[in-house]
Amino acid sequence: MAAHLSYGRVNLNVLREAVRRELREFLDKCAGSKAIVWDEYLTGPFGLIAQYSLLKEHEVEKMFTLKGNRLPAADVKNIIFFVRPRLELMDIIAENVLSEDRRGPARDFHILFVPRRSLLCEQRLKDLGVLGSFIHREEYSLDLIPFDGDLLSMESESAFKECYLEGDQTSLYHAAKGLMTLQALYGTIPQIFGKGECARQVANMMIRMKREFTGSQNSIFPVFDNLLLLDRNVDLLTPLATQLTYEGLIDEIYGIQNSYVKLPPEKFAPKKQGDGGKDLPTEAKKLQLNSAEELYAEIRDKNFNAVGSVLSKKAKVISAAFEERHNAKTVGEIKQFVSQLPHMQAARGSLANHTSIAELIKDVTTSEDFFDKLTVEQEFMSGIDTDKVNNYIEDCIAQKHPLIKVLRLVCLQSVCNSGLKQKVLDYYKREILQTYGYEHILTLHNLEKAGLLKPQPGGRNNYPTIRKTLRLWMDDVNEQNPTDISYVYSGYAPLSVRLAQLLSRPGWRSIEEVLRILPGPHFEERQPLPTGLQKKRQPGENRVTLIFFLGGVTFAEIAALRFLSQLEDGGTEYVIATTKLMNGTSWIEALMERPF
Amino acid sequence: PNPGPTLFFQSGRPLASGVRSGLGLPMNRTKGDEEEYWNSSKFKAFTFDDEDDELSQLKESKRAVNSLRDFVDDDDDDDLERVSWSGEPVGSISWSIRETAGNSGSTHEGREQLKSRNSFSSYAQLPKPTSTYSLSSFFRGRTRPGSFQSLSDALSDTPAKTYAPELGRPKGEYRDYSNDWSPSDTVRRLRKGKVCSLERFRSLQDKLQLLEEAVSMHDGNVITAVLIFLKRTLCKEILFRELEVRQVALRHLIHFLKEIGDQKLLLDLFRFLDRTEELALSHYREHLNIQDPEKRKEFLKTCIGLPFSAEDSAHIQDHYTLLERQIIIEANDRHLELAGQTEIFRKHPRKASILNMPLVTTLFYSCFYHYTEAEGTFSSPINLKKTFKIPDKQYVLTALAARAKLRAWHDVDALFTTKNWLGYTKKRAPIGFHRVVEILHKNSAPVQILQEYVNLVEDVDTKLNLATKFKCHDVVIDTCRDLKDRQQLLAYRSKVDKGSAEEEKIDALLSSPQIRWKN
Repeated sequence: MAAHLSYGRVNLNVLREAVRRELREFLDKCAGSKAIVWDEYLTGPFGLIAQYSLLKEHEVEKMFTLKGNRLPAADVKNIIFFVRPRLELMDIIAENVLSEDRRGPARDFHILFVPRRSLLCEQRLKDLGVLGSFIHREEYSLDLIPFDGDLLSMESESAFKECYLEGDQTSLYHAAKGLMTLQALYGTIPQIFGKGECARQVANMMIRMKREFTGSQNSIFPVFDNLLLLDRNVDLLTPLATQLTYEGLIDEIYGIQNSYVKLPPEKFAPKKQGDGGKDLPTEAKKLQLNSAEELYAEIRDKNFNAVGSVLSKKAKVISAAFEERHNAKTVGEIKQFVSQLPHMQAARGSLANHTSIAELIKDVTTSEDFFDKLTVEQEFMSGIDTDKVNNYIEDCIAQKHPLIKVLRLVCLQSVCNSGLKQKVLDYYKREILQTYGYEHILTLHNLEKAGLLKPQPGGRNNYPTIRKTLRLWMDDVNEQNPTDISYVYSGYAPLSVRLAQLLSRPGWRSIEEVLRILPGPHFEERQPLPTGLQKKRQPGENRVTLIFFLGGVTFAEIAALRFLSQLEDGGTEYVIATTKLMNGTSWIEALMERPF
Repeated sequence: PNPGPTLFFQSGRPLASGVRSGLGLPMNRTKGDEEEYWNSSKFKAFTFDDEDDELSQLKESKRAVNSLRDFVDDDDDDDLERVSWSGEPVGSISWSIRETAGNSGSTHEGREQLKSRNSFSSYAQLPKPTSTYSLSSFFRGRTRPGSFQSLSDALSDTPAKTYAPELGRPKGEYRDYSNDWSPSDTVRRLRKGKVCSLERFRSLQDKLQLLEEAVSMHDGNVITAVLIFLKRTLCKEILFRELEVRQVALRHLIHFLKEIGDQKLLLDLFRFLDRTEELALSHYREHLNIQDPEKRKEFLKTCIGLPFSAEDSAHIQDHYTLLERQIIIEANDRHLELAGQTEIFRKHPRKASILNMPLVTTLFYSCFYHYTEAEGTFSSPINLKKTFKIPDKQYVLTALAARAKLRAWHDVDALFTTKNWLGYTKKRAPIGFHRVVEILHKNSAPVQILQEYVNLVEDVDTKLNLATKFKCHDVVIDTCRDLKDRQQLLAYRSKVDKGSAEEEKIDALLSSPQIRWKN
């Protein structure tokens, strides 16, 4: 079913099975036929762990999305709400429950909070007079969802805002809980490294939780050698830059949600003979993107410039394979050919899809504006002209380009200059407020609070030191056959991944000075193992590091980490976890202020 | 026949060559101690170095893929991947919601009648959580008889996750636990979702200990529950005072107040903490929820003078003034439009109200509908420019766009004409003529007009580029002649129509013996 989860160094199918079991147990608690009412946001993440068939086996007969007013008719015994603990959703649930036709057959109501029950929400239900109507009110701690063989996400879109703006640690608590679950399944992680305020908190929580569970000694042989906790605000730069890997660009341009992407349908129209292309589909084409698709696994982490040649080579191989049919003479040969046909057809379908996606992306990357934007980004990241008003940004504002694009660039400039000169900052602010509306003053304040857009303190720019010490800007980039992680941004090496790389070799002691400039403490903790569980590594055996990005991670960073995992003499393989898979746009969007 | 591949390669612009050379990046700049670093650096963006090769390979791949279709298309590849067209894998959850909901038929039945009884708005009016809250009152019995029995057995098996059964029992049965729970036991129980009454914590000391326990567990859910309890049982001043020295709890309370929309207490808290700027911003934020323009304006008025930073104060003042203006302009223009006597509104009916639009949009509107008005009126562009201190650049840009849209070329001309004291006229554009040309082109200005402004572009390369891009043949030809660039002129010859006046002009130049070509 989800075989791709077990290909990695750590079999994440174990985790998937564990959460599936928990789901089954809950469903069986509500005996009899049932209908599930879904908080729409949850269907995506749930889709990664269960299909409808699983629910059906447990007597789920109908499914609806959560909407106001009355519930659709359904002849079932149980109505179960699957929701995030959010107040506005409680209002809708209450409305559903109160509109229930009392003359009809009595139905039992239940709520499953994902990932956490909330006393606040239950209070709201009580205020609305419906709390007593629910038989089961439980939580389903879907803290970390397996996305791929080496990738886990909490898909909590508000985590960054809560941690760095509100100072609310709830999502950190969930992260710690998720890590405890992982340790329960994969053994205690002997070493914990971290950088940043939130990282420190999570490590503290883990240590405390472990102390509380001392009753049951974990007897599983540890799979992970160490854990690296990284605050997103240690590296605010990376997500702001445009990702240039294949997967990163798909995400930048179309947005990948729960491993699905929606694409304009024109290029995917089935081209049947005599069709004449009359009935072009209007609905977006939706594709799932993960390593279950062989071709995608091969190209997703490449720089987009290296994707074309792979696609063309694949095409030749497939063509040749199909040509084989002419050589099949004997019954045996024909049989052999036919048996391979399904695989070949799948490969052909996959190739056709990715050729089409590459075309779509290429239309964007070859546009003049994309090029101009990239030029400015690269200037900033390499330290050129970061201290004055930038012409291109000015132009973007004058032409009223999307506000988020403008904010991304302005923030990038600010981060690459350790803050902007007051005069420059005031100028940008003024232009933005006059062009996009004064109410965005609130958003600008949020960005400042998050450290993304701020005045330069004391006129000191630390970025050049950081850039040089960590070698964030590389001149010799080989996009086709990369030798360094900087290929993912065609020159810029993501700071976060550089920190991980330097930690594994030669260790952070070599960069103490830079670590002190970057925000938050850096630390190391050990979780002692009973002697029986201590690992004796074979010579040449790689360590496995779980790297947890608190506040979100981009696909380009993931690509860079996979690149390091695959290095022959790298010595470390990475499994990546995060609060949210994100890009600069979704990040800034989450920080924008909207009506309550 | 498949039109696909050509699209892919239409604009095969080599990215890297542009980044490296085309845009004139300051490659060799020196910057003090970075000199060495920079002298050796060059930009690498997207390199399509071996572009031709790679692109032709790709074309080939596309062709190959498509040629295979005939052979394998007997069964649709969508079947193969088992996805519906919209891409939901058949059997996925979101796919199934559509499928199973579709069968339920009577979704809308009875909705209308219900609306009056149970409309959503009636819930919206329900009071938000107030101080009558008590955690223990959560757990009182359920309101629906019948639902209890069927599952009561299962419930008592799992008391850890349900509240109701335990509280349903007579008091004596659990008195032992409840009175002995220490703050840390209580917090631990809360964390596991178990029942516990917080009421027994009466003294301030107990309450604070409870809070500290909750905070040390880091569980936001429990921290919030305790804060709700404290909020209800402590007077404001004490609550604030105690939280001031407990920053984590304080942040949770602020977040919680924002979430439930208890604006009043939030403002009181900021006032108490003397966090004046947050107080101001938080108050200002409320305007987002006010739809009625008059009320919004009145509200914004209350924001003026709040302790914003100096910069922000000016912006808030402007926000108020702008809305005030917009209300006047809107009333006036709606009236004019309805009366149907004013030509500009008849020819170009307004697409939307100007209320709540940004300043620059308002300026555009005013340049579009009220360009010639005297400075004294609220709707005149000059008046807006003065009131809001709009910089020259911004003003010219906006006016140009508005007048070009109306094809009022005279106005455009006037925007850039300056007279010196001798009475000579001179063309000057604070935004640079290349921008003027772009904007004019976007508004489909005729070639004669474009040509005039392309000619004013100072940088020769830019001029040539723009002229070529917008087919201002004369400018291209003249510039090539001035540059004595025979090769470029020759190349351009293929771009003009056969037998046209331009072609003749080029030919005449090419054969002219008077020009000393440089190539």
